[in-house]
Amino acid sequence: MQNHPVYTDNDPQTEYSTLNLGPTHPATHGVFQNVLQMDGERIVSGVSTIGYIHRAFEKIAEHRPFYQITPLTDRLNYCSSPINNMGWHMTVEKLLNIQTPKRVDYMRVIIMELARIADHIICNGVLGVDTGAFTGFLYMMEHREEIYEIYEEICGSRLTTNIGRIGGFERNFNKIAFDKIRKFLVRFPPVLREFEALFNRNRIFVDRTKGVAAVTAEQALSYSWSGPILRATGVDYDVRAMEPYSSYEDFDFEVPVGENGDVYNRFLVRNEEMWQSLRIIEQALNKIEKEPTDIFHADVPAFYLPPKEEVYNNMEALIYHFKIVMGEVDTPTAEVYHAVEGANGELGFYLVNDGGRSPYRLHFRRPSFINYQMYAPMSKGMLLSDAIINMSSLNVIAGELDA
Amino acid sequence: MGKIANETLLQKLTDKFGEQVAQTGADYGLLTVETNKEVITDVLTFLKTDAALQFIFLTDLTAIHYPDQEKQIGVIYHLHSLTTNTRIRIKVFLTLDDLHIPTASTIWDGANWMERETYDFFGVIFDGHPDLRRILNVDDMTVFPMRKEFPLEDPNRIDKKDYFFGR
Amino acid sequence: MSDIQIVEAPAGVEGSGFFATSMDKAIGLARSNSLWPLPFATSCCGIEFMATMGSHYDLSRFGAERLSFSPRQADLLMVMGTISKKMGPVLRQVYLQMAEPRWVMAVGACASSGGIFDTYSVLQGIDEVIPVDVYVPGCPPRPEAIIDGFMAIQQLVRTESLRRREEPKYQELLAKYGIQ
Repeated sequence: MQNHPVYTDNDPQTEYSTLNLGPTHPATHGVFQNVLQMDGERIVSGVSTIGYIHRAFEKIAEHRPFYQITPLTDRLNYCSSPINNMGWHMTVEKLLNIQTPKRVDYMRVIIMELARIADHIICNGVLGVDTGAFTGFLYMMEHREEIYEIYEEICGSRLTTNIGRIGGFERNFNKIAFDKIRKFLVRFPPVLREFEALFNRNRIFVDRTKGVAAVTAEQALSYSWSGPILRATGVDYDVRAMEPYSSYEDFDFEVPVGENGDVYNRFLVRNEEMWQSLRIIEQALNKIEKEPTDIFHADVPAFYLPPKEEVYNNMEALIYHFKIVMGEVDTPTAEVYHAVEGANGELGFYLVNDGGRSPYRLHFRRPSFINYQMYAPMSKGMLLSDAIINMSSLNVIAGELDA
Repeated sequence: MGKIANETLLQKLTDKFGEQVAQTGADYGLLTVETNKEVITDVLTFLKTDAALQFIFLTDLTAIHYPDQEKQIGVIYHLHSLTTNTRIRIKVFLTLDDLHIPTASTIWDGANWMERETYDFFGVIFDGHPDLRRILNVDDMTVFPMRKEFPLEDPNRIDKKDYFFGR
Repeated sequence: MSDIQIVEAPAGVEGSGFFATSMDKAIGLARSNSLWPLPFATSCCGIEFMATMGSHYDLSRFGAERLSFSPRQADLLMVMGTISKKMGPVLRQVYLQMAEPRWVMAVGACASSGGIFDTYSVLQGIDEVIPVDVYVPGCPPRPEAIIDGFMAIQQLVRTESLRRREEPKYQELLAKYGIQ
């Protein structure tokens, strides 16, 4: 629904100006550089440069034991670090054939879905800011703080959570944590409803986003898109439904899909995903009540660090503590690919193990990196202001982009 | 459609390519096959276009370095068939003096940056790639940092004295 | 009800109808309560900065309501997140574009020292390319810590003499970084 003349190659205009969008442009929410050829307000061609915060995660991972890689995964997509943490833990558990108890799975699901909500709050809030509506952002950010408080109650940290351990959690959820989750489930839906009321039928917002950067399903699949932006094009690919991990098969939820993959559809898909996440959390809370309350990790003494008091008083615990810390535990020589549904796509871990304490090779399939590569080609012919909104709705996180 | 069994999948590949494709493992149920760079484009195209397989989704493309092998660098493709929910891993090994392999960016647009990343880290040259430049590292870098011989820490640092770290 | 507080006047001589203080103090007072920060947010700490600016923590209480995304009008460069070697020259360019007086705050472990990323691609602290006034520890620092760092900058601004930027010591520091 473009109500302006579309640029064609036969246009008589030949003088283009070059615009350097980034690497520190305020409209790009992160460190991306795009050198754009501009014909007035319209983009003729663009070249993306990335790597401005390349931190060599994969190289570091080859030098760290498995449990020390968790803090690295925090810093991939730092808007939803628990998903990355748990994705990594589940990869190692798959490698070691560890079966986690149901209660652990449900606890993980709660935290992962909270993280998804936190991530979508930022993405959709910022999309509002970029179209000129600051209010929605401020409404939603307050509730992201509530999610952070839940994290704090569980692991003591807000953003880079380092939550959980291989085999489960480092400690049980306390009563306050459960209370806070329940409180969030009560307090957040009205705000989300209000947020949707502010945007979904808002004339200005709809005009700015509808039809902008529409992508067909074929294009999206050819560019290996995944996550909400792929679902906005109408492909119902969600790792949670396709290859359920962490007992997602026990939950009743829907995978929202869009129609034409434009910015508006992506916005709607993300909003709907937040509703579905709330549904999942509620189900998980009910399921947890039926599980024994004292289980919060799998029984794998060879990989799960024993509590400190036991290390001091119990011979066996001391031996395991020593073995884990000194890296004396045998691991299988194998390779494993495990994927989780990150907040903006399929987050995959390809781990090649040679039996040592650290991976021989660890490759992250980073959705932001793969989703972002279509940005420059698809910006062709777009207005600059539309390209900015498009970038916000792709939700590219610099840490995940550059690894 | 349900998941394709590994045996069926392997049978289809060997029917078509004979001994050019061989299974090397199926860790955790994920079929891993090895092939060579002469037929890799055909294998990928076959997997993508065959009506029963439809591996239309290129999940991941990366490489690995084994310094002790004769063919040191392995290029690894992960494909996903969304209709049948099957995954497959394909490996091609290359020698250090001939790191050329045909590009997959003619089959999937998304392979473009993944190949650039692989080139950046391992120095694999993808023939026919539209724009094979470094992507994450600085342009004037001369080494390929993910190879095993390259150190993790910056070798040019002067502020880090070994005796502070007990080594 | 909001509890509006007005900053106290600096020490000076007061009489009926007049108040005299030194220029340093008056300008320091004005400057410290109207800093325009330039958020140079690259990674995780940038998200915590978002929280600091957001409704819950609200950095504008300290007079930093107005973010200046142009370095020309900014007083305070807040570097938040990992600076890689590819980014180093960009950061330096941004610093050079800022007008004196300018202050720099390194937020988070990465900006201060490279943090956990002791690798070939990461700059081990931004003080390798530009001079830094205040370091804020944390990975990432909590919003309270960022505010604390900001208040330390305010303290610096308030107590700095107007001529400090022309002192040989300061010139020497800049020369060490090759900045004129």
